[in-house]
Amino acid sequence: MRHVRLTYNQMVVDKTRAVDLDDEEVDRLFHALADRTRRDILAQAMTGDHSVSALARRYPFSFAAVQKHVAVLEKAGLVTKRRHGREQRVVTNMNAIERARTLLDHFERLWVERLERFEAVLAEDDGGPDA
Amino acid sequence: MPVISIDKDLEALTLTLTAEYAADTKQVWELWANPRKLERWWGPPTYPCTFLEHDLSVGGEMLYKMVGDEKGDEHFGRWRILAVDAPNLIEIQDVFANDDGSPNHDLPSTKFEVRITELDGGRTRMQTISFFPSLEAMEQMIEMGMVEGIEAAAGQIDAILAEG
Repeated sequence: MRHVRLTYNQMVVDKTRAVDLDDEEVDRLFHALADRTRRDILAQAMTGDHSVSALARRYPFSFAAVQKHVAVLEKAGLVTKRRHGREQRVVTNMNAIERARTLLDHFERLWVERLERFEAVLAEDDGGPDA
Repeated sequence: MPVISIDKDLEALTLTLTAEYAADTKQVWELWANPRKLERWWGPPTYPCTFLEHDLSVGGEMLYKMVGDEKGDEHFGRWRILAVDAPNLIEIQDVFANDDGSPNHDLPSTKFEVRITELDGGRTRMQTISFFPSLEAMEQMIEMGMVEGIEAAAGQIDAILAEG
């Protein structure tokens, strides 16, 4: 989850710089991010569009409680609800470049670990790293 | 830490990693050319990987299977080899596959290139460049659960590295 946390920081910084948030808006932003469930909902929204009901199934809370969490994120300007057929989807307000960065981070991690395993297999075939 | 640089092109949606290894190009190539070696590093440790088909020639195909060691969930992937120049270059189209090994064209596919270069002192540089078709495709691949397996595997990799 390390990279997700970094992304929050980036979003906060980018938003602050881009929109010049006033104190009240910054309060709302940090209040929104101060809750573990809301951070998780935001992380979910970053990797794809989810309906409020699909999100609600992930947590041991009522639909109404999850809807409230989404409303707090929405007020802070972190997500938007978009109508998609009969359901409401929660999407992040990141622009395409921020989304690309967040998504590429996932694949970066996958490849870094792959290339580390590659080294481990190379070293074993060599009779160990000290050989 | 073999990875020496990571470059992301946020507009072209490419990801380039450069790694260096204390081995010659033939040894590095062997980890792609030998399916028994390839399967030991391609997938995360929590998803043991087996290459069921392996033809590293232009137009050749590979099929691999990864099985979750906790839930027993199976995932198949198919590679189409677009270019090969041993021991320096491979270009691969990587697609999701169905349980019968056939390619699943409903899911996004990505292309990646591997470039292997000899360095001084018996060292080798390996660069991997991934090309993603769109943000939506990347989101879909992450939703397929690829990343969950990796998150779970991360701790184990640290352990392997610590042993070394």
